[in-house]
Amino acid sequence: MAFEPRIIGFLCNWCSYTGADLAGVSRIKSAPNVRVIRTMCSGRVDPAFILKAFQLGADGVIVMGCHLGDCHYQEGNYKTIRRIPFLKRLIGGFGIDPRRLRLEWVSASEGDRFAKVVNEMTEEMRALGPLKLYVHQESEQAAVHV
Amino acid sequence: MVTINIDGTTVEVLEDTTILKAAEKAGVWIPTMCHSEYFEPYGVCRLCSVEVIRGKRSRIVTACNFPVRGGMNVQTNSERVQWIRKMIMELMLSRWPNVKVVREMGERLGIGKPRFASLERDEAEDACILCGMCVNMCNDVVKAGVLGFSHTGIKREVVLPFAERSEQCIVCGSCAHVCPTGHIKMVLEDYRGKKPEFTLGPKTPIYVPTLQAVPRIPVIDTESCIHFQTDGCEICAKTCEPNAIDYKMQDEIVEIDVGQVLVATGFDIFDASAMAQYGYGRLDNVYSSLEFESILNSTGPTGGKIVMKNGKEPRAVGIIHCIGSRDINHHPYCSRVCCMYALKFAHLVHDRTDAAIYQFYIDMRAFGKGYEEFYTRLLDEGITMIRGKAAEVVEGRWDGNQESSLKIRCEDTLIGKFREIPVDMVILCNAMEPRVDSDAVRRLFSISKSPDGFFLERHPKLDPTSTSTDGVFIAGCAQGPKDIPDTVAQASSAAARILSVLAKGEVEIEPVRAMVQEEYCSGCKVCNGLCPYGAIEFLEEKKVSHVNEALCKGCGTCVAACPSSAMTGHGFTDAQILAEIDGLLV
Repeated sequence: MAFEPRIIGFLCNWCSYTGADLAGVSRIKSAPNVRVIRTMCSGRVDPAFILKAFQLGADGVIVMGCHLGDCHYQEGNYKTIRRIPFLKRLIGGFGIDPRRLRLEWVSASEGDRFAKVVNEMTEEMRALGPLKLYVHQESEQAAVHV
Repeated sequence: MVTINIDGTTVEVLEDTTILKAAEKAGVWIPTMCHSEYFEPYGVCRLCSVEVIRGKRSRIVTACNFPVRGGMNVQTNSERVQWIRKMIMELMLSRWPNVKVVREMGERLGIGKPRFASLERDEAEDACILCGMCVNMCNDVVKAGVLGFSHTGIKREVVLPFAERSEQCIVCGSCAHVCPTGHIKMVLEDYRGKKPEFTLGPKTPIYVPTLQAVPRIPVIDTESCIHFQTDGCEICAKTCEPNAIDYKMQDEIVEIDVGQVLVATGFDIFDASAMAQYGYGRLDNVYSSLEFESILNSTGPTGGKIVMKNGKEPRAVGIIHCIGSRDINHHPYCSRVCCMYALKFAHLVHDRTDAAIYQFYIDMRAFGKGYEEFYTRLLDEGITMIRGKAAEVVEGRWDGNQESSLKIRCEDTLIGKFREIPVDMVILCNAMEPRVDSDAVRRLFSISKSPDGFFLERHPKLDPTSTSTDGVFIAGCAQGPKDIPDTVAQASSAAARILSVLAKGEVEIEPVRAMVQEEYCSGCKVCNGLCPYGAIEFLEEKKVSHVNEALCKGCGTCVAACPSSAMTGHGFTDAQILAEIDGLLV
């Protein structure tokens, strides 16, 4: 069976989630590989979540938020744009290809852009192949928890 | 008050009134050439000379600036006066025979060909007659001090300082305005302002903002107003009887606390000069929809008469639909209102002129109550409907040897032929666009926009008046093109929603909020600076941070940033999100 990448998407409620909804309502065809987790703002996305996703077997993670200047909570996406590129630089050291983490801005009216981004991400992950992450036995206990 | 006698008529005037003004009151005409209402009279042309008789003595004085005295006897047509006028007019006619005001004055005074010829004879129709009115305007009224006289005698002329282009000139146009011969010309830019307001033709610095503005109170554009540049002029304040003009007024910024906002900021029209084939801004007599509306309006530039730029009535009018709408190159959407106002234009043109009317349409969208019936009625009025978007508007002569006019090239898809329709005037139905500053406005209220750029409603069918931000409502064309009945309905609905919230006296808010678990908080204060609403404060006594639940909007930025996981976000806790990740990757 062909490899189907499993991608976790963190979508902010006001812009990207609504944009994804619009893509659905408009019947735009997009790949089903992105599994969506809704947060109120892209600024809620803790880098620990992304690492947990990779740890549990996600082949790719995409974070989507409002365009800069359009954040429903004014500045949340500015925090996101500080955290995610920084994390991208770090995960290479963990053995995760930085291309597996992506940050995109999708607004509430950009249904077709959402579909385009999802399709592109899926194709890229398909090309990169499944994530082979060696998780040390002992470090299971030290995994992220609250 | 003093009583004087002018040409046998007794008249009572205030003391120190000039003879000229007194004569005006008495209904006696005295000729003038250098007099203007704008400035103090200065008696240069001497044409207003009259004879003042006191006892046995008489003297010749200039009526424009000589003050009356009680018991004065003024003769404006005595032999001496007539002789003076004849001399002055003949001198003027010999030097400037073709200037209109000189000839007309000569005719009025019954003075024909002069007895002598001038060495300085100037044949021009717009020659400078050295009246000095421009100099007075510039120095005394405008106070820019640019124009002045130079040389004496026969060499006298009006010049700029050092005969060079002057930096002091504020290009107010007052000199051109008072010049009686048209010698001074203002080269005006052909300003057809397009966004956000527009005008047809130049306007004065003090003006009423729009036709039929409510309240109809003028405003002063301080950038072009002479007074604000030179401290001079003030003619508007002098003319205003109730003294309502206060140059010292300042802009005020008023802060009002509100709980709900209704954004109804309207629309702009598409700038049709982006579509060069229709000649807007390039060819004469091609008008945008709003420009034609102002022509139709009885308080507009033509007083409601439908005329072309040359003042004549058009013989044929073409109305072109869908300029910028339904167009992949500009706006893919339909602007909804244009078909109906195009029919309205056609009806009014038919009513007021004898012009032949052509409509170039793609579809006729007559969707409302009575709209289709109006369309049918118009067909009966003899309007020619051509189904086919017009391809271009070109210049061309038609109708034999008439002056050059316009031609509309189109394809008439109903008869399957290309046509070239000769018209005198073209009216474009410009698309409705979001306002040019709509991005800035919507960011103030956290409103999103739909793909066409208009403000995004919460739900297109079930909630077209509210936005995703609680307490912010939208109405009218800011939300999308619509006509007046729909705007009124939408605005009323938004107002009703607002009133129902205000009437309740309290609002329900989402329970999604952040909260500090104080036992885990290390007091690092990272969260304090992150909050865009300033909802997190640091409690000095306990040395922990605390969230004000009324201000917190639940974005979760602080939750993600907390290094001790002390901050939780109700509804979106770490445990909940991690459980989602777990579930999705089973």
